[in-house]
Amino acid sequence: MLRMVPLPMLGRNLQVYQYDTYDQSIVDARVAEFRDQVERRLSGHLTEDQFKPLRLMNGLYLQLHAYMLRVAIPYGTLSSTQMRVLGDIARAYDRGYGHFTTRQNLQFNWIKLADTPDILEKLAKVEMHAIQTSGNCIRNISSDQFAGAAADERTDPRPWAELLRQWSTFHPEFSYLPRKFKIAVIAADEDRAAMRLHDIGLRITQQDGVAGAQVYVGGGMGRTPMIAPLVNDFVPLSDLMSYLEACLRVYNRYGRRDNMYKARIKILIHEIGVDKYRAEVAEEFAHIKTLGIDPPQAEFDRIAAFFADPAFADTTADAPVDRSDAGFAAWLDQNTHAHKRAGYTIVTISLKPTGGIPGDASADQIDAMADLAEAYSFAELRVTHAQNIVLPHVRSADLRAVYDRLVAIGLAEANLDLITDIIACPGLDYCSLANARSIPLAQKIADRFADPVRQRDLGELKLKISGCINACGHHHAGHIGILGVDRKGTENYQLLLGGSGAEDVSLGKITGPGFSEDGVVDAIERVTDRYLAERTDGERFVDTYRRIGMEPFKEAIYG
Amino acid sequence: MKLLTGNDLASGDVTWWTGNDWSRHVEDAADVGEDGERIAQVEEAARRVNVPYVIDAVATPEGPRPAHIKDRIRALGPTVRTDLTLKPADPQAGAWVI
Amino acid sequence: MVEALRLRDDAAHDEPAVTLDAFLGQSNATAVRIEAGDDARLLLPHLDRLALIEVSFPKFRDGRGYSAGRILREAGYTGELRAEGDVLVDQIPLMRRCGFDSFAPAAPVDPAALERALERYDHVYQAAADGQVPVWKLRHG
Repeated sequence: MLRMVPLPMLGRNLQVYQYDTYDQSIVDARVAEFRDQVERRLSGHLTEDQFKPLRLMNGLYLQLHAYMLRVAIPYGTLSSTQMRVLGDIARAYDRGYGHFTTRQNLQFNWIKLADTPDILEKLAKVEMHAIQTSGNCIRNISSDQFAGAAADERTDPRPWAELLRQWSTFHPEFSYLPRKFKIAVIAADEDRAAMRLHDIGLRITQQDGVAGAQVYVGGGMGRTPMIAPLVNDFVPLSDLMSYLEACLRVYNRYGRRDNMYKARIKILIHEIGVDKYRAEVAEEFAHIKTLGIDPPQAEFDRIAAFFADPAFADTTADAPVDRSDAGFAAWLDQNTHAHKRAGYTIVTISLKPTGGIPGDASADQIDAMADLAEAYSFAELRVTHAQNIVLPHVRSADLRAVYDRLVAIGLAEANLDLITDIIACPGLDYCSLANARSIPLAQKIADRFADPVRQRDLGELKLKISGCINACGHHHAGHIGILGVDRKGTENYQLLLGGSGAEDVSLGKITGPGFSEDGVVDAIERVTDRYLAERTDGERFVDTYRRIGMEPFKEAIYG
Repeated sequence: MKLLTGNDLASGDVTWWTGNDWSRHVEDAADVGEDGERIAQVEEAARRVNVPYVIDAVATPEGPRPAHIKDRIRALGPTVRTDLTLKPADPQAGAWVI
Repeated sequence: MVEALRLRDDAAHDEPAVTLDAFLGQSNATAVRIEAGDDARLLLPHLDRLALIEVSFPKFRDGRGYSAGRILREAGYTGELRAEGDVLVDQIPLMRRCGFDSFAPAAPVDPAALERALERYDHVYQAAADGQVPVWKLRHG
């Protein structure tokens, strides 16, 4: 039997952060507070206008069909016990599934307001919450899904992210910012978290043996996409909270509040210039640093200890992986990455089966992935911003067993980073902000390019779809991006080429006039055909685009 | 014709004003004419509906059909999960939305 | 005039607050009102003689006053710091952490809900202007 005995609470030997009594008391108090707020809303003591920011700060939206609850998965790391509770909630309070998001969170689409306090209580029991997953506050901290496992990382970014999580939770000064605020932390050369497309992006580094961070400020997607400029090349860990406090205070005081579309920090920095912003932050920092608000090294060390390596086995006697099965070999090539430890492999489970809904997982699949993590990955899972799930520490000798199990539950699609590994926001099928549907389009594209040989031949091609200008589907950062718009009451789709959210970050450009749903699928095919005709050896789609520019593709699309 | 729609406060369900109550089914919706805003105010204050708003719709033999696709999707359910719509047994239900 | 809800023991200050411009232009006022967009730092040279600073919250979504409160307290202001305007019961605990000790909400606040809100959290994650000890300090003595 695959299912193992459930771990007590989160389990003593897990490599995830575990609450102490302080953390638990804060999260428990939040449940009680929200219960109080919900009761006041239901009894009419709060108007919807007053309740809305309160519920949003706890991840509760009113969407097209129901309330939607966004559960925080801090820096995308969770244990199998936590994963299983998400499955339980999907079954008991939702309609049997959940949706993994581009912010490494999970959304339930069919939640009743009256049930939310009980759901939060269930989450709190496994050290989870929905705190600040929406609202004009500092949102869930995102990070590299391969943290602590990747062969190319300098250090594990998660202790930094956890330090930030605690600092930002119920920050009294920054709970009513001009607009939402997203922070990402990475510690590898490869950027798997779209770091420079965040309000603040941190890259952990070292200078003269001292740990610190490069600080990028003012990136973001949305209606005015911008790549974050470097504001400080090195802030030592011992100053980081003071420095970030200064970054936020300058924004809170001077960010625009007259127009919500111009309220993000990227607009402030664009308007006053990065030099002026940097100088304002430096002045504020000099003052804040005197207040003694930075936690000591001992607190960082306490947090970091939770993220120690798991008890890796001695794999020297393991047989090499048998690649004779073509399906298995294709999955290995596409969905696994090098681990820092010899004999181990990082596995990505694609939540993009052909015909499926990107990022959706049924309660049974959620349970099955939790089982796999317990059996083969030290009971740990990750959520990626591309809406997939990672088993971070799989012994290479177990890869075949993992693959066979994934085949059995319909999650063995070998398409990671290929054209059918589509990021798509929920779109007009669920979202009250959307102008067009994203999911049916993703399904049509996946269907058109379903042939695995064809996908592999096209190579790395990141396709991202947003159903409105808010860009939850990261269309600006897609090698191919699609933006759904409302054209006189009909869905219309604009096509963008040349974006990237990775270390070669760039923003896509619109090809020209938009298309119908079927029209855009045809246009993509003309784009990929032109790429195949133009590419030189080893060139990815985006490399070819960068070399030859937009014109040849425009010509292919519009004739 | 004009319809008044919103969500149920406690459950979040999409609801439609029938002339004297709220229904989950757009087929039951009544033409509110110019009275939409007034009814919305009264009903929202009584917490019988949350975030109500008035929409344009067309009268058809099958009942009112909201003018905008967003409200048709609200009326039916997600087009990509017909099993979760109000008409799970009707494979053609999605055609009404588009 | 709404009776302010005061979390201080001293007697209420009875001089009416003047605008920031008026205050900076005259030398003898002891109470001032700053608007959300005013720069609280302009008051720093004069904190010694101020007994009341009123900070306006024109809309509850406008959070600039939280920074103003902390800036004034961080500079050593010990007089009454009042949040005035669209101040909601669920915001008062955050305002208190930013140094506010007096509240003049435009709409009445349910005292029971306020008491619950103020007593809700035993612990906080970060140091602010209210003297609460952050958990990182409790953890490491």
